[in-house]
Amino acid sequence: MAMQGKAVRVTTYFNEMFQDGEVRIPYSRLEGWTKRMPDALRHMKQAEAEALFRRIGITFAVYGEGGDPDRLIPFDMFPRVFTAAEWARLERGIKQRARALNAFLVDVYGRGEIVRAGRIPAHLVYRNAAFEKSVVGFVPPKGVYSHIVGIDLVRTGADEFFVLEDNCRTPSGVSYMLENREIMMRMFPDLFRENRIEPVDNYPLLLRRTLASVAPAKCKGDPTIVILTPGHFNSAYYEHSFLADLMGVELVEGQDLFVEGEYVWMRTTEGPKRVDVIYRRIDDAYIDPLCFRPDSMLGVPGLMDVYRSGGVNICSCPGAGVADDKAVYTFVPEMIRFYLGEEPILNNVPTWQCAKEDDRKYVLENLKDLVVKEVHGSGGYGMLVGPKSTRDQIERFHARISEDPGNYIAQPTLALSTTPTFVDEGIAPRHVDLRPYCLVGERVELVPGGLTRVALTEGSLVVNSSQGGGVKDTWVLAE
Amino acid sequence: MILTVEHVTRYSYDRPVRGLVQSHRMTPASHDGQRVIGWQVEVSDGLAGGSFRDGAGDHVASWSVIGPVSHIDVTVRGEVETRDTGGILRGHRELVSPQCYLQATALTHPDDALLALAEEARAVPEVLDAAHLLCERVAKAILWTPGVTQSQTTAAEAMSQAQGVCQDHAHAIIAAARAAEMPARYVSGYMLAGERQDAAHAWAEIHVPGLGWVGFDAANGCCPDERYIRIASGLDAQDAAPIRGWARGDGKERLEVAVAVQTVEQ
Repeated sequence: MAMQGKAVRVTTYFNEMFQDGEVRIPYSRLEGWTKRMPDALRHMKQAEAEALFRRIGITFAVYGEGGDPDRLIPFDMFPRVFTAAEWARLERGIKQRARALNAFLVDVYGRGEIVRAGRIPAHLVYRNAAFEKSVVGFVPPKGVYSHIVGIDLVRTGADEFFVLEDNCRTPSGVSYMLENREIMMRMFPDLFRENRIEPVDNYPLLLRRTLASVAPAKCKGDPTIVILTPGHFNSAYYEHSFLADLMGVELVEGQDLFVEGEYVWMRTTEGPKRVDVIYRRIDDAYIDPLCFRPDSMLGVPGLMDVYRSGGVNICSCPGAGVADDKAVYTFVPEMIRFYLGEEPILNNVPTWQCAKEDDRKYVLENLKDLVVKEVHGSGGYGMLVGPKSTRDQIERFHARISEDPGNYIAQPTLALSTTPTFVDEGIAPRHVDLRPYCLVGERVELVPGGLTRVALTEGSLVVNSSQGGGVKDTWVLAE
Repeated sequence: MILTVEHVTRYSYDRPVRGLVQSHRMTPASHDGQRVIGWQVEVSDGLAGGSFRDGAGDHVASWSVIGPVSHIDVTVRGEVETRDTGGILRGHRELVSPQCYLQATALTHPDDALLALAEEARAVPEVLDAAHLLCERVAKAILWTPGVTQSQTTAAEAMSQAQGVCQDHAHAIIAAARAAEMPARYVSGYMLAGERQDAAHAWAEIHVPGLGWVGFDAANGCCPDERYIRIASGLDAQDAAPIRGWARGDGKERLEVAVAVQTVEQ
């Protein structure tokens, strides 16, 4: 899509708490809360929160963001709030997207109807580095490839939300959603009596139920589920063990599993135990040296043959990444129309593909107004925020895009909404995004909430923890 | 023509291993050029695992062996009726898009010599002619010489050594074809050659619009005919390997292969 856009310079931002000098309804009870909290008490509470986070040991970086793995991600105590009506619409939009992404995956690993119909270019799918030729023709249990879909959203107005990106592989950060709530409830129990806030703590149960619902056909009875982690050196190891604990399943490494006959087995003190569903937090390339990288020590040799012959399920399914590629992202609204026959409820951010000549020309001429991202990049690295960049940085990106245009996409600078945030000087608006975690199994489910990330630096639009971002508790109010 | 195959792969370990797991692509699928009359794969002391036909139309089977073992034999015995289809693969049931075979791998990464070949191929208007040209050029560039290259030798290395075997020929054709935007893949199989052999055979397939996949065997300067049995395909030799395996234990592995392809008098 060649867009004759004018990238509008952003001057005003939607403030989620204050509009026209009035407090918006979802935040109405929080004004009194802050007034009752003098600076000294606030500092004390902040220190208490930090001590709690440290004691729990939750210090990992959100996946792929790098940074110091032992650093705490700053927690901001000011909650982010949605009304029931706002959430109802988000929920419909998120579930719609998760269904379409899974339909797309089943299709492109099957007959590829969407490609044959000319609705998405073949090369974006079949020449995509995340496309797994080895699973073509295989339909995973219940036709679900991506069981946990993390959808990154930003808000730009009272009723205006945009999807920034989809995460179909193994989106991380859900432990923050749970811990942020836990800590808020411990520190401010009154708040949870004054406000009717939808709970999020059933997420581990729902996740377990989702995974159990996609057990392979060969599994009879109650399925055995495990979480497969690359190990304790991984930046998200805390989350892996945290979820295993809450779900009541084993946390295993590759060496704890082996293939024998038609199945995958787990070594236990009582002898081998058959495994039916593996929630893996290891990338495709590493899960089976007999199918992918032969030098991988993290995976389970022979796993893919068991998977493809229906002896075990792997969540997310290998190959799911082709749906969350930044170039494929542009076509998600098309997927929704094609597979579901519905109009998208949530907007995509207009995106220029630098691989296309017209788009590239526009991007190179308007770099100072645009956000440029690498197609396979993550974590806010390899990214240019035009309005916040020096002439020098823009020049460098100009050269990089010209050299390898296929590797870049560009988007307008969005006016990310702000929510009140505790800063040194008191309370100030800071920009936020939202990552809800949609579960897809026999049913499509979403706990009311998600991970709100906040750009703590004044004026910053980059919420990634590696770039000075923090996290907040996210509330959805009951009707 | 009716061809029989006997193919034994023996893995020996200097110290017993605790167990092993293998993924096999050793069973042919029937298509217009070949009809499988009978085919059997046996693994000594082996436990058969799951098996299925993958998206490329190849039969995949999983095997495991519970140790300790010092050696295992993988024995293939089969009989196939073949006919010449001019190298064209017809009636082969597969789902993978030819576009998937445009991606370079470590073994097929093109160097300047291969890129120059690709340029030459690009200049030829018909894809089929370009494919034949690549096959001829590679046959001239890499002199068939057993023993100078090994399984990890890349297409570029084989080109610069100017010597190699069927694997190297196939890799070079594939590398140049992909650089010229022609989908190409590696095929493992057997060929009737008379004497006993110490390796199975391999060649390249190039996707030609209107015809589909067409085989090119630079080592023999021809397209596969009724002397060939097609087994499996992949991006390169590693991806199409008849056996990918993994052993638990630190015993050093030694490999012996004996292949006999014969024709049955009709």
